[in-house]
Parts: sequence; structure tokens; C-alpha cells
Amino acid sequence: MSKVLMKGNEAFAEAAIRAGCSCYFGYPITPQNEIPEYMSHELAKAGGKFIQAESELAAVNMAYGAAASGGRAFISTSSPGLALMQEGLGFTASCEVPIVALNVSRGGPGVGGIQPGQADYFQVTRGGYNGDVRIPVFAPSGIQECVDLIYSAFDIAEEYRNPVVIFADGMMGQMMEPVELPPKKPIADDAEIARTKPWAITGTDAHEGRNVVFSLRLQPDVLEAHVEHMFEKYARAERELVRYSTSNLEGAEIVFVAFGTMSRLCAEAIELLAEKGVKAGLIRPISLWPFPDAAFDEIGPEAKVLISTELSMGQMIQDVKNAAAGRWPVRLISRTGGVVPSSLEIVDRALKHLQEVQGK
Amino acid sequence: MKLKMFFAGSGGQGTLAIGQMIAKAAMDEGKEVTWLPSYGPEMRGGTANCTVVVSDKPIACPLINEADLLVVMNLPSLLKFEPMVVPEGLLMVNSSLVPEKAKRSDIRAVYVPADEKARELGSGKAANIVMLGAILKETGIVSPESIRAQMKKMFSGHKAKFLPMNEAAFRLYLEGDSAPS
Repeated sequence: MSKVLMKGNEAFAEAAIRAGCSCYFGYPITPQNEIPEYMSHELAKAGGKFIQAESELAAVNMAYGAAASGGRAFISTSSPGLALMQEGLGFTASCEVPIVALNVSRGGPGVGGIQPGQADYFQVTRGGYNGDVRIPVFAPSGIQECVDLIYSAFDIAEEYRNPVVIFADGMMGQMMEPVELPPKKPIADDAEIARTKPWAITGTDAHEGRNVVFSLRLQPDVLEAHVEHMFEKYARAERELVRYSTSNLEGAEIVFVAFGTMSRLCAEAIELLAEKGVKAGLIRPISLWPFPDAAFDEIGPEAKVLISTELSMGQMIQDVKNAAAGRWPVRLISRTGGVVPSSLEIVDRALKHLQEVQGK
Repeated sequence: MKLKMFFAGSGGQGTLAIGQMIAKAAMDEGKEVTWLPSYGPEMRGGTANCTVVVSDKPIACPLINEADLLVVMNLPSLLKFEPMVVPEGLLMVNSSLVPEKAKRSDIRAVYVPADEKARELGSGKAANIVMLGAILKETGIVSPESIRAQMKKMFSGHKAKFLPMNEAAFRLYLEGDSAPS
């Protein structure tokens, strides 16, 4: 299949359609407005339903209802919008309803700005929902990877009966790269839903007795048993959903840890450092939860410092320190508010960190 | 081969569009490409810039620190971005809207009266395509036929009537005299 040059947001929407998404609910917010725009004219052509909700709260709860009745539901938003959707994500997790949410993130806090940001790291990995919930989160560093992640996210969500979040920072949504689109899967019909989702609320013609999707469990021991059941799934997710890539780790003195846009800048910083005779490598977490602790075992004996490189004041660094487990000093390079540093700035600051840990 | 390009102008000038046409044409020719826009919330009048990287190899980073080619469609863009051109790099200036010359002597500057020439052809809106023809003449970054294939897609359906004028705008410097340096 030939490649097409597509704007990230349009490619993400098309990826969802090709994954067999049957319904999309959205509320406009920059920098992801091309997604609802694209869905508004393309999803219906593919046999799906598009609704522009009256708010982000409405959008997530429409997805909750549609997915509870067996739909392949997709929602997209940007940072402040995702904050509004947190309750819905917690409820769908508790109810074991699979939905896929895409966050094309921007600078915060509050309404913040419209330029790229990664300060939603805590929001997507720790959440703003109540209770014991984990949500698998995948962060792409390019448009092809984001398309592939969205395409597989629906299967993961349905297999685990849990929401899945794709965390693509604003630059991914706005940029264009060549992309090969995956084949179109059909939207599941009622018989298919009844067969593959026997728990779904599809009416008593489709299943024996009454199906109920709920999160209220007033008996503490019943609720505890339900949470333990959820955590059996999360333990499996920690074994099966870890995704990462590493590059140039062999002999690296500096090891950057970065995802999304920042990993692209680090890749260039590594080339610039090599020109100066300094070996640097990169660990790129793709799954932010479960965090790829195993990647850190690939770090060589030459490593002097790990540098968490983030478009936030330092959030992922907590997971980096946890994974490093005291084996290396961990430092931070960060810009926030929508400011994206140059690769030259990263090189400069990385060299300073290297000198500092070497006591120079 | 890796070429880093930066196109700067104001919203409505078609600056992002010519960057996109070069990126698509290069992709059709089998190159790796990235196109990254940067603009304000305005539909018209705000700043509108884009970075295009074309390479034989996968592109690590779509953001650039320096440009092999800088195209400025208005004066603020010249004042702001001239320093990012690499030594010996190429600066292309829309001299219809930029009354000043480049300050640096270590780069090559080409002055294209894009708006003026486009108006002579019938519409100032084709200024970006006049510039695009001049860019191809100076750099040969992609083949004219790859760009013509893009133009046929862009100016189709109810926009097909604009194709002849844009073709004329494209040919003006591509096949005519060079713009003054």
C-alpha cells in the first residue's frame, strides 16, 4: 500500500475509522479540532455515528453509554478537556466498559495555551478519577506510530474491558508525515456484538436474562472483590502491554528518557552530542502505564547519568527514578507552557548535567 | 541528502501551502519528509510558518535549528528569521512586500517580486506559486512534474478554473529569467 502525507489529527481519525470505530463523540478544542471535523464527514460514510456533544462531560458519558451497549467508542480532546472527562474514564473502568480516548495535549495548567505540552503525564498515568483504577496509556513519537497505536487500542480496550488512552502531544496532531494506513475493519453488527461482548446491554433478544453495567457496590467485601478482579487484569497488563524502544544505549554515558515530541528532539541531540565525541542514548517509553522498567536493564556500564527530558516541570521523572532504583543519578531537562526547546538547548543542558555528576 | 527548509509569512499568503506542496512532491519522489506548521489562532493576518525537512533517511526531528533554505513572504519574517540560514544557505525574499535587503553577506539572497508578478498574471493570490516556481528554479529540490501533479489535485472541481493562471505563475521564473540576487 502506498504512503500518503497526512496531518496527524486526520490520520488519527482515519485510523479509528479503519479500526472499526462505530461511534465518535467530541467537543471542539485546539489542537485536535481536525479530528471531530474529519469524523463529522467521514465516519458516517463508513457506517458509524458522529455526535458533537455539548461538553466534554457529555462526550465521555455518551461514549460510556454507547460502549456499554457494545459500540466501538472513540473520544478525543486536549488537556483541559481530558480533565473534564476524568470522571467518565473512572466510571468506565469500574464498569469494565472499553473506550479509546485520544489526548492531543497542550500546555497547562488551567485552560493554559494551545502549543504542545506533556504536563498531562500525571493526568493520564495517575488520573483524576477516584478509586483504584489503572488505564493503559500509549505515547507515540510519530504519525505512523500513532496510527498503529490507535488501530490496536480498540482491541486492547475490549480485551481488557477497560479504557485505553493515547497520549499524543500537540505537535503530533499538527504535523504531517507520510503514513501507511491499515486495512479497514468492518463495524461489528448486532450478532457479532452479542457473540464477542456477551456482557453488553444489547437487549434480551440478543442474550439470556438481564445484562447490567454498573459501578455501585455498597457491600465492602463485594466491592473489594471487584477491585481485586480489576487488579488481576492490571497485573496482566503490566506483563503484556509494556512497549518501549531504545537507541544508541551501547556505550552511552548520557541516557535520555523521553516520549513523544521530546524523544524526536533527543534523537537529534544524540547526533549532535556524537559530533562532540559524547556518547548518548535514548529510552523511549511508548507505554507510560505500564511504565517500561525493563528498558532500564539495557543500560550499559558506561552510563553516568539518566536525564528525564519532558515538556513539563518534571512528572515522568518520578517513574524514571523508580525504574532507575538508585543505580544512576537522575536529572531533568524541561520546558513547559507550550515552549519546545531546541536540540541545541538539550545538548547544552545535558553536557552540564554530565559534568555535574562527574564532579567537574 | 538532507535539506531543512523554513517558510515564513502571514496567514492567507499560502506560505504553508507551498511548503506542503514541496513535502508531498518529495514524498511522491520516494523521500522521507516532515511538515510542521506554526501559527496563531487567526485565520488571516497572523504569523504562519512551516518547517519542511526532506531527506534520504528517516528524519529524527521535524524541528530545526537552522535552515538550508529560508523563504520569507513578508518583512517581519525577514527580520525575525534571517539569522537561521546556514552560511552559504539560500534566502528567498518576496520583494513585493519586503522593501529591505538581507543584512548578511555569507548567504545567497534571491529577490522575487511575487505579489507584483502574480497581479500581472491576474491575481495576487498566486504570489505563493510564483515563489514556488522560483524556489524550484534555484534549488531543484523536486521535479516540476511532481509539483504539477499536486497543483492538479489542489485546483480541481470548482477550483479547476484557477489552474491555468497558477500554471502560468509556476512557469514564470521556473522557465523564464532568474529573479535578481
